[in-house]
Amino acid sequence: MTVVSYLKNMPAWARWALYAFVGVGVLNIVQGFDDTSLLTAEGTTRAMLRWGVPILLAGLGGLFAERAGVVNIGLEGMMVLGTWFGAWGALQFGAWWGLLLGALGGAMGGLLHAIATVQFGVDHVISGVAINILGPGIARFLSSEIFNVKFKDQGGSITQSPRVPTVGRFTFPFLAGGDLFGWKTPDILGWFTRKDWFFVSDITGIVRGLVSTMSWVTVFTLALLPFIAWLLWRTRFGLRLRISGERPEAGEAQGVNIYFYKYVGVIVSGALAGLAGAFIASQELSGIYKEGQTTGRGFIGMAALIFGNWRPMGIFGGAMLFGYPFALKLQDLEGKASHALLLVTAIAMFAVMIWAILRKNRGDTLLAAVFGGLALLWYLTTETPPDWWAAVLPYVIVLVVLIFFTKRLRPPAADGQIYRKGEA
Amino acid sequence: MKPLLRRVALGSAAPLMALVFAIVASSIVLLIAGSNPLEAYGDMVNHASKLETMVDILNRATPLFISGIAAAIGFRMNLFNIGVEGQYLLAALVAAHVGGLIELPAPLHIAVILLVGMTIGATYSGVAGVLKVSRGISEVISTLMLNIVATSGLIVAGLKLWQAGGAVGGNVTRVGTEEIPKSGRIPDLNGFVEIFTRDIGRDRRLTGVLVVAIAVGIGYHVLLNRSRFGYDLRASGGNPFAAQAGGVPPKRMVLLAMVLSGAVAGLVGMTEIMSSGLFPANPIQNLGFAGIAVALLGRSTAFGAAVAALIFAFLDISSGILQNTGSASREIVQIMQGLIILAAVVAYQVTQRLRDREEAKAASIALSGATA
Repeated sequence: MTVVSYLKNMPAWARWALYAFVGVGVLNIVQGFDDTSLLTAEGTTRAMLRWGVPILLAGLGGLFAERAGVVNIGLEGMMVLGTWFGAWGALQFGAWWGLLLGALGGAMGGLLHAIATVQFGVDHVISGVAINILGPGIARFLSSEIFNVKFKDQGGSITQSPRVPTVGRFTFPFLAGGDLFGWKTPDILGWFTRKDWFFVSDITGIVRGLVSTMSWVTVFTLALLPFIAWLLWRTRFGLRLRISGERPEAGEAQGVNIYFYKYVGVIVSGALAGLAGAFIASQELSGIYKEGQTTGRGFIGMAALIFGNWRPMGIFGGAMLFGYPFALKLQDLEGKASHALLLVTAIAMFAVMIWAILRKNRGDTLLAAVFGGLALLWYLTTETPPDWWAAVLPYVIVLVVLIFFTKRLRPPAADGQIYRKGEA
Repeated sequence: MKPLLRRVALGSAAPLMALVFAIVASSIVLLIAGSNPLEAYGDMVNHASKLETMVDILNRATPLFISGIAAAIGFRMNLFNIGVEGQYLLAALVAAHVGGLIELPAPLHIAVILLVGMTIGATYSGVAGVLKVSRGISEVISTLMLNIVATSGLIVAGLKLWQAGGAVGGNVTRVGTEEIPKSGRIPDLNGFVEIFTRDIGRDRRLTGVLVVAIAVGIGYHVLLNRSRFGYDLRASGGNPFAAQAGGVPPKRMVLLAMVLSGAVAGLVGMTEIMSSGLFPANPIQNLGFAGIAVALLGRSTAFGAAVAALIFAFLDISSGILQNTGSASREIVQIMQGLIILAAVVAYQVTQRLRDREEAKAASIALSGATA
C-alpha cells in the first residue's frame, strides 16, 4: 500500500513520466522475445504521431461540444466534409487554403448540428446520426459535380480526387537537427539514438520520432493542446462554455447566454473535426480525397475523449495510444510486432488485475485475469496474429477501459441533456 | 372526433413538412448545380412506376424495414442501439455459414438459418446490454465500438476462416461462405405477384424475406401495443422511475429490449444471403444506420417504419435512372435522405412542443374553470 500512497503523492507530470518510462521498458523487453525492434522504433513513434493527429483533433472537437453539453456523434460526418473540402480547397487554391476550407466544411456540419440540437432541442444522438448520413452524401454529390467534371482529366471521379498538394514539414532545431534560419543545428537526439545504448537510445529514438519531420498541421495541433487547456479552464470564456455543459440553469441565472456558448462549442467542434479530415486527405496520410477514407476515425476521436476523461491531455494520451496500433501495423510486415503487442496487452491486463486486487474488487480482479489469460493464451498459441487484430485493438482498448474505469470517469454533468431557455 | 382528427393532422403534418422541406432544399441544390429538378423528379417517378423497379424497391425496403424495427425497439425504451450495423453483418455471416454446412428439409432448414441469425444478433447486442446494466456504460458508445470490432475484426476473421474453396460456379464476384443448399433458401414471391400482374422480367426476383419482414412488423405492433411486455417497455421508456415504482425492473427491461432489438437486427441480412445464397466477401453495408433513419422518420411505429422504408428504398432505387437520363447526379438522393431525417426530427420536436403548449393551456383553462 505504501507504493500506492507514494505514487498518489507524486505530482501528476512526474507520475505520468514514470508510467511512460515503465511502459517503454516493458515494450523494450517484450519486443526482444519476438526479435523485433519496431515497438520502440523512431519510425513507429513518428507514424503514431501522424496517425494520432486526426484522432486528437476529432477528440478535441468532441471536447468542445461535450464541455458545452452537446454530444457530438456527428464528428465522423463532419470529418468526411473536412476531407472533401480539404482536398478541394488544396486543389483549387493551395495547400493552406485546403486546411482552412476543410475546417470550414466541418464547421458547417457543426452549425447544422447546433441548429438542430440547441435551437430545436432535437436529441443529440439522433441529429448526429443524421449528420453522419448527410456528410458522406454531400461529399459524394460534390465529387460527382466537381471532381468528376472539372478534375476528371487529372484522375478525379465520384469517389476520389486527384493528388492533393500539401503543406511543408518541420523538424525541431537542436533536438532533432532541424534548420534554424538556414543554419543546420546539431541533431542531439539522433546522436544518442545512433549510439544504440540499451534503453537510453530507445527513449531518445521515441522522442526523436515525436519531434522530427512532422507536418505543420501536427505542430499546430500540438500547440493547440495547451491553448485549449488554457482557454477552457483559465478564461472567462472557458468557464462560461463549461457551465453550459455542467449546470446550464445556473449559468442562465448568472446571465450567461447559454445558447451562444453551445453554438460556439459545437461549431468549433465541427471545425476541428473538419481539420482532422483535411489532414487525412493531405499528403501526410493519403494525399487524395477518397470515399470512406475516414474509416470511423471520428468515432475513435470520441473514444479518445472518453478515454481521456474529457480533458485535453487525457485526449492526447488516448489519441497516441489509438494511433499506435495503426502505426505499428503499417510497418510490421512480418507480424512480429503485432505478436509482441499481444503480450503487451496481456501484461496490461495483469496490471489492471493487480490494481483491482489492491482495491479489493473481486469481480474486476477475476475479469481482468480472464482477459489477461486469454491474451496470454493467444500469444503463446500463435506465431503471427491475424492482421485485423491491430485494426480492432483501439476499439477493444476503449471497451476495456470503459469496463474497468467507467465509475472513475466524469463527463460534464449536463452532457447530452436538452436545455431550453427559461425552463429552469 | 375533432381532437382525434387534430391529432392525426398534427401527427402526419410533421413528416409531410419534412418531405416538402427536403424536396425544396434538394431542388435548390440541383438548380445551383445546373440541373432541372422537375425533370429529375419526373424521371424518378416514371422509373419507379415500372413493375421491375417496384420489385427492386421492395427488395431494398425489406431489410431497411427490419433494420428500422430493430432500432425502433430500442427507441421505445430510450435506448440507442447504434450497433444494428455490426449485429446484422455478424449474424448474416454466421447464419450463412451454418446454413451452408447443414442439410435439412426445407422449412426446418430455413428456420434454423433464421434462428441462428437472431441468436447471433441477440448475443452481440446483449453484450452492450450487459455492459449497460452491470457497468453503466452508455450503449451509444459500446455499440459504436462493437460495430467496428465486428466489421473490421470478427467478420474479416470469419470470412477468412469460412471462405468456400474457390469461387462458386466459376463466377469471381460470388466469393464468400459455402453456398446454402436450395432447401435453406426462402423461395421468391415472383409466382405470387405474377397472379395479379404480368410476368416480372429482367431476372428480377421479389425476395421471400418480405414475408418475414411483414411478420416482424405485425409481431412488433402486437407486442408493443397489446401485451404486458409492450406496456412495460413503453412505460420504462417514458419514465423509468415511475415504471420502477409500478413494479417494472428497469435493468431487466434494458437487457430485454437490447436483446430483442439485436434478435430482429439478426434478420436484416437475410435478404442478401437468401438472394445470393451465401455471405459475400463484400456484403451490403450501412443498412444498420439507414434503419435508424427509418425508425426516426416512422416515429418507431410499425406502420410508420414501413412507409419510411418504402420512401428510402424509392429514393435509393429510382435514383439509378438519373445516371441514364443524365438529368441530374444520382448522388442527390443521399443528400435528400439526410435532409429528410434532419427535417423530420426537427419537425417532430416542433409539433411536440406545440402539442405540449396546447395541453398546458387546456389544463389551465380546465383548472380555472373548476375553481371558478
